[in-house]
Amino acid sequence: MRRYLIKNITILILLLFIISLTVFAILFVLPGDPAQIILGINATPETLANLRAELGLDQPFWVQYGHWIGGLLTGHGSRSINYDMPVYDLIVSRLAVTGPLALMAIVFAVIISIPLGIYAAQHQNRPGDLIVMGFTQLGLATPEFWLGILLILIFAVKWRLFSAGGFPGWDVSFGGSLKALLLPAFALGVIRASIITRLTRSSMLEVLREDYIRTARAKGLKERTVVYVHGLKNALIPVLTILGLQLGQLLAGAIIIENVYYLPGLGRLVFQAIGQRDLPVVREIVVFMAAAVIIVNFFVDFTYAFIDPRFRKR
Amino acid sequence: MSRRLLEIENLCVEFDTPEGIARAVDGVTFHIDVGETVGLVGESGCGKSVTSLSMLGLIPSPPGRVAGGRIRFEDRDLLELDKEQLRQIRGREVSMIFQEPMTSLNPVLTIGRQVAEPLMIHRQLSKADAWDEACRWLEFVKIPAAEKRLNDYPHQLSGGMRQRVMIAMAMVCRPKLLIADEPTTALDVTIQAQILSLMSGLKKEFDMSVLLITHDLGVIAQVARRVMVMYAGQIVEQALVTDLFNDPFHPYTRGLLESIPKIGSRGQGRNVRLAEIPGTVPPLTETITGCKFARRCRHAFDRCREERPAVSSVSEGHEVRCWLKQHPEKRS
Ligand SMILES: Nc1ncnc2c1ncn2[C@@H]1O[C@H](COP(=O)(O)OP(=O)(O)OP(=O)(O)O)[C@@H](O)[C@H]1O
Ligand SMILES: [Mg+2]
Repeated sequence: MRRYLIKNITILILLLFIISLTVFAILFVLPGDPAQIILGINATPETLANLRAELGLDQPFWVQYGHWIGGLLTGHGSRSINYDMPVYDLIVSRLAVTGPLALMAIVFAVIISIPLGIYAAQHQNRPGDLIVMGFTQLGLATPEFWLGILLILIFAVKWRLFSAGGFPGWDVSFGGSLKALLLPAFALGVIRASIITRLTRSSMLEVLREDYIRTARAKGLKERTVVYVHGLKNALIPVLTILGLQLGQLLAGAIIIENVYYLPGLGRLVFQAIGQRDLPVVREIVVFMAAAVIIVNFFVDFTYAFIDPRFRKR
Repeated sequence: MSRRLLEIENLCVEFDTPEGIARAVDGVTFHIDVGETVGLVGESGCGKSVTSLSMLGLIPSPPGRVAGGRIRFEDRDLLELDKEQLRQIRGREVSMIFQEPMTSLNPVLTIGRQVAEPLMIHRQLSKADAWDEACRWLEFVKIPAAEKRLNDYPHQLSGGMRQRVMIAMAMVCRPKLLIADEPTTALDVTIQAQILSLMSGLKKEFDMSVLLITHDLGVIAQVARRVMVMYAGQIVEQALVTDLFNDPFHPYTRGLLESIPKIGSRGQGRNVRLAEIPGTVPPLTETITGCKFARRCRHAFDRCREERPAVSSVSEGHEVRCWLKQHPEKRS
């Protein structure tokens, strides 16, 4: 177990290093001088040179990279050009929206998809299964923004149960904030539930054919116990992998949905930052997003060990 | 006269396959008495497992179904029971052990839990009591350090140990009938012998009946009292083990016996799959009017190909499904 941990943490750190280096290198060679952007096109060459020196932009690549990483690790990274505040603070404040949004979306996805997937597997090729599969097909084909808008039209415009967008802020109104995330999280969750439902179904179908399921039935267990205890625990392993990937991606910003619902989340931040050529923000968010995906997956790998004892040996 | 525990009459099981309906079990009739060990032999695919699975309603459906017959267990017809009644019998009155100890235990649940489960559902024991009892059973089937093993997972045990766990799991509720579907096939020879002697010991101690399925006549000779030979979904001959070995009637049985050089050398018998008898088993989807073995039988004559052989008696308790009984002159 300990060796497994050490090995995985080493890989994790290496990956993060490679990602940060890649992101930094790409933005380094990309045209677009931050000093120029800050000062505008009318700046004189001297002021430009001064600012470049001040920002450390005249230093060689490795020095700049080291400086940047050092900053990130000690908690004071670069400053945003547009917001004139540390990017770090900016990310934290936006994560307060995107984080709960992503988690709620995953919760929605799980509570919709796992029971549906199991149901479909138990009724393979019968009408119930076909209906469920039809809906997942629909879910796969539905664009996120379209579902988002549809939900707004129904729940906000027609029934006036929700506001059509915006986010009050957790300290202003906790309940209101939660409510503001409900529709977008549902939209995100439903779309993701389609894939998870299919995955749960196929994984469950495979597991239900296993010898140990026959053993469980031969013992006289209730069908419910057979499926939900003996089957599900085994069937969950591949499902978990995809759930982890999805959570990572959601953390990395639900760009479209955040724009549809005017949520001040990470996705919107990076979207705007790109438009405004706010390079430090783009750079750090991209690193953050990649890190989020990798770290979530690290924890997913870790939970395998809890579900499947065979993983614990490694 | 001994008491009947199980009586199967004219059991038929079918599967829907892309090639049509396959009759995996085609009119099987046999019985098992209280306290008796009966062997069921036949080559791979002849329907041994399907026969045993249908007793507990475990035929995967779809594509399978019991198409006819009766399975009388004590005073009940198992085919008439509803799901809940059947569930009460499984693991409590009739237990099963399967061929593959590697895959028949759930990889993500502890040994203790898996062995204790039948006790909790059938005898309503508390978890703690069930685990204590499970521990006693693990000791009983001679698993070393049983108490520690309770918290182990199947992958931590060897094949032989897992099969012992399977046996313990099948035995915890003291079933009246134990169906062992090739319990030793996947194990190596020395372990096979240990498992067989463990099973014989348990059988004597608890006076249960055993249906031992195998394609190894050597195993049968070792533990069974009576034996049934199955071919393409039918029982073609059944007799006391001594009668069958000394005086086999059916050409298929003779072929089977000839293919083991010496009874007792089980290491070889294990892989014998009737290579010595020319021809192959007809596909199960094919409707055969005559004897299913006719095409491979060197004594086959016209009647064999046209009319299904009736079951006839060779001697007391020795039955055969072969026209040679009526036409002894054809055997020459
Ligand atoms: N789920 C199924 N679907 C279709 N056909 C099946 C199914 N299960 C069994 N059969 C058919 O039933 C026949 C009998 O199978 P069974 O498993 O009873 O054989 P067996 O005598 O136990 O053989 P083995 O010694 O290999 O275990 C096989 O020929 C197989 O084609
Ligand atoms: Mg079998």
